[in-house]
Amino acid sequence: MDNILELSAVGLSERIKAGDIKVIDAVNAVIEHIENVDDTFNSFITIDKEYARIRAGEVQALIDAGKLDSKLAGVPFAVKDNICTKGIRTTCGSKILNNFVPTYSALAVTLLENAGAIIIGKANMDEFAMGSTSETSAYGAVKNPNNIKMVAGGSSGGSASAVAANECFFALGSDTGGSVRQPASHCGVVGMKPTYSTVSRYGLIAFASSLDQIGPLCKNVTDMAAVMEVISVYDEKDSTSVKRDSNYLKHLNKDIKGLKIGVPKEYFQKGLDGEVKACIQNAINKLEDMGAVVEEFELGLMEYTVPAYYTISSAEASSNLARYDGIKYGHRTDKYEDLHDLYKKTRSEGFGEEVKRRIMVGSFVLSEGYYDEYYIKALKIRTLIKERFDKAFEKYDVIIGPVTPTTAPSLDASLISPMKMYLSDIYTVPANLVGIPAMSVPCGQDSKGMPVGLQIMANNFREDKIFSIAFALEQSGGDGNA
Amino acid sequence: MKKRISNETIEYIGILSKLELDETEKEQAVSDIEMMLDFFDKMSELDTEDVAPMSHPMANNNVFREDVVTNGDMREDMLKNAPMVLDGMFGVPKTFG
Amino acid sequence: MLSKYDVTIGLEVHVELATKSKIFCGCSTAFGAKPNTHTCPVCIGMPGSLPVLNKKVLEYAMAVGLATNCDITRFSKFDRKNYFYPDNPQNYQISQLYMPICRNGFVEINTCAGNKKIGIHEIHMEEDAGKLIHDEITGNSYVDYNRSGVPLIEIVTEPDMSSEVEVVTFLEKLRLIIQYLEASDCKLNEGSMRVDVNLSVKKRGETELGTRTEMKNLNSFKAITRAIENEALRQIKLLEKGEKIQLETRRWDDVKGESYSMRSKEDARDYRYFPEPDIMPIVISNEWINDIKYKQPELRDEKMQRYIREYSIPKYDADIITSIKHMTVIFEKAVELGGNPKKVSNYLMGETMRLLKERNMEAEDISFSPVNLVKLIKLVDEGVINGTTAKEVFEKIFNEDIEPIEYVEKNNLKMQSDESWLQTVIEQVIAANNQSVCDYKNGKERALGFLIGQIMKETKGKANPAVVKKLLLENL
Repeated sequence: MDNILELSAVGLSERIKAGDIKVIDAVNAVIEHIENVDDTFNSFITIDKEYARIRAGEVQALIDAGKLDSKLAGVPFAVKDNICTKGIRTTCGSKILNNFVPTYSALAVTLLENAGAIIIGKANMDEFAMGSTSETSAYGAVKNPNNIKMVAGGSSGGSASAVAANECFFALGSDTGGSVRQPASHCGVVGMKPTYSTVSRYGLIAFASSLDQIGPLCKNVTDMAAVMEVISVYDEKDSTSVKRDSNYLKHLNKDIKGLKIGVPKEYFQKGLDGEVKACIQNAINKLEDMGAVVEEFELGLMEYTVPAYYTISSAEASSNLARYDGIKYGHRTDKYEDLHDLYKKTRSEGFGEEVKRRIMVGSFVLSEGYYDEYYIKALKIRTLIKERFDKAFEKYDVIIGPVTPTTAPSLDASLISPMKMYLSDIYTVPANLVGIPAMSVPCGQDSKGMPVGLQIMANNFREDKIFSIAFALEQSGGDGNA
Repeated sequence: MKKRISNETIEYIGILSKLELDETEKEQAVSDIEMMLDFFDKMSELDTEDVAPMSHPMANNNVFREDVVTNGDMREDMLKNAPMVLDGMFGVPKTFG
Repeated sequence: MLSKYDVTIGLEVHVELATKSKIFCGCSTAFGAKPNTHTCPVCIGMPGSLPVLNKKVLEYAMAVGLATNCDITRFSKFDRKNYFYPDNPQNYQISQLYMPICRNGFVEINTCAGNKKIGIHEIHMEEDAGKLIHDEITGNSYVDYNRSGVPLIEIVTEPDMSSEVEVVTFLEKLRLIIQYLEASDCKLNEGSMRVDVNLSVKKRGETELGTRTEMKNLNSFKAITRAIENEALRQIKLLEKGEKIQLETRRWDDVKGESYSMRSKEDARDYRYFPEPDIMPIVISNEWINDIKYKQPELRDEKMQRYIREYSIPKYDADIITSIKHMTVIFEKAVELGGNPKKVSNYLMGETMRLLKERNMEAEDISFSPVNLVKLIKLVDEGVINGTTAKEVFEKIFNEDIEPIEYVEKNNLKMQSDESWLQTVIEQVIAANNQSVCDYKNGKERALGFLIGQIMKETKGKANPAVVKKLLLENL
């Protein structure tokens, strides 16, 4: 049954529902494969074999009884380790939560379980989702399945590598500034950040609340639509959640004739690797061939996007991460003199370097005398960026461009220069600042065989347009290599 | 590059964020924060005089719940992850007031 | 020395709202439960949990704002106040700084110095913190998060008060308004109303305010009064010595009668407020405001007018009864059960007030059932017991809420009008008090009263006073 792992999520579920494959066989195949390869890739922080096998039995019984026929019934999936899973340790890739076992599951997880999908384990990630390489995890760096000398991208690097290496059939990640799309691009899978407020954040451990959104990583666009349909559900426990149309599968058609595509000039200027550029250009040509109307335009304000993003996200993070203090859960230092000593030692031991840096910067930009100069300034720039996107979407159905300036860098290269790493988020952070949906779809490889992703952005709640384009591109086949 | 993180400032940031840094870490933190602030200073080039700040991407409002008690006693679950518990309470070093 | 200085006082009044559930989650707000049994991921700050605003909290805050002449903010938001302390599970408090729900109101007070408007700077909504319990044996503290997330409004006044008398008068008025709105029971001793006093002094005639201090842990009006007197004097003494006042938070120790600084090098007083990203803004329409006004319970002035009109009780009575919200509840219930309004009022203004004062009790602590008061009045009206006995029985009702009919029966307290039995007693008393009889016959009216007293004493207060007088006069 070697080929089970090669199936898509929807494909596997069809075979299971047809009776060709037993759920337990799919689960065992995945577990066996993880045991073989994950020492190398390090996609997972925690694997719960026992729970997966129990669930396999339950789901199989429901399918056999004709009570479960969802598109994901019986499909093993991975959950990024910053999304709460009841009874399964959830660490956020941090030492400070190394023993934290949530007493409830995130709504997105519950919805997938109700649809018959099976949690296989918790995916590795940059600590508290702060990083673009999945190297800041307290549980070791994730390695890119395409080339283990390279990073998997981040922060949902474990989710991306697990999907790419067939260690699961799809995964949940979270995207605060590109954390789903960028590793998806680096690993060669489909990754999506839905419109802010589409997927409930209840149970997603907050990094920057006004930017965070759970997003899936999948083997193909059809799987993506199927997973999105399950998790796009209004949640009264998340005040920012909204009721919306969540039919995505019906937009999977190849006809994109007349669709207006805007390509921001700035996305192709300095810093963009030539081979990445060629792959993107190739994809654009294909879309044009299929009848889409492509036009270059000036988006503007690009150079202010990353500073505004890091100001806002660090400020929110400094507050969101204040709760880790060694009192209610998580790591607590052994020896302390008094309350404040307990706080400081616990947090200094529990958090890694990158997280501390962001907490300190975030505290600073919110502090007396600097609030207006940095934090409010960044919020005003956010308004200006939003205006630019609003204007662009008056003209274009979607905006496309690269996800990252380069393919996956090699391990240990990025952390030496955090600033360079921050700057590589330039194409992905606008979608988070503005709230709009964006997807990364594979569109080729560089000469070293490293995958390149194409980013497709649409206006708020217009995932339908993204799905049309992505599906058309995927169906056009044959990744255009550089 | 303007120097704005003094020794006092880094101490102060340590108090605000409840982090304890040794001398080497402090030096590193000062240079890291300076570097990030220099990067952020790019923003000051833009005139934002009459621009309203946008703290959230969603424009909806008035999201409420009704005043109904929906939760029962979950104490056992709430204490499950606590490092120090006594008589159903979370233990902390002595505080005053 | 004192007369050379002016005292300036502003208040921050925290009031726990009377909602059934907490401000951001579905946990109960009931007081006195076992530690941490009213907690959930939201109010304990579990990773991944999110707050959702209780609508009733907003409506109570608006009602208090309208009753204190505030403008209701049409576009209001929550902010995060960041500080580390174990009673605050997220290490930030969800509060309102930039766009509080109410602004720019006032409460008019009346003191011997005349009428004065005390400005309300703002009213904002926020969550309460948990409770810390200190254990001397282990040397540790323990946190109970049952109170974490109980809704509060914070009423911030302008620095418009200049004495402890004004402060207490203002607080009594404010408390009454909130109690009438049924937004809170406002018990200082249980902490459902908490007052922080911001106080500064300046030389008389100077225009600029002095540096202020903030005083916490004031659990009664008496403590507030003492703390204000003490703090004003402390600041004046410092200034007289040429020292500076520190901007700081101080804690009042009511046992020692002094305050101490709560400053520590770990407290930065820099709360890094920023817009709360997990809660959506609040937009208030005119319709909503009108609806809140329409649904507003009867306030004091209206109630007073109604009492005079409907129950024909004197203004004096109506004024006293409506000065305590709990008293109006007892009054209305007793009248509804058929008690004569004036007679009920007499018991409340007279005996009830006397007993409260004697026992140093708050009116909120009154626990007797109005039905027993009504029964007592009926016993008197029907001539079953006399006034003397009634007073004794009422005290029993006040103390133990006894059922009066049964009690009178059991303790044999019925009024005695049996003339033959009373005749025997009268003859005995006359025989034993020859001198008084003589005095009376010589025209000393007072002697008659003495003799009646003696007869009442012999009958253990149960005799019908009218019958006694009639028979006595016949005998003399």
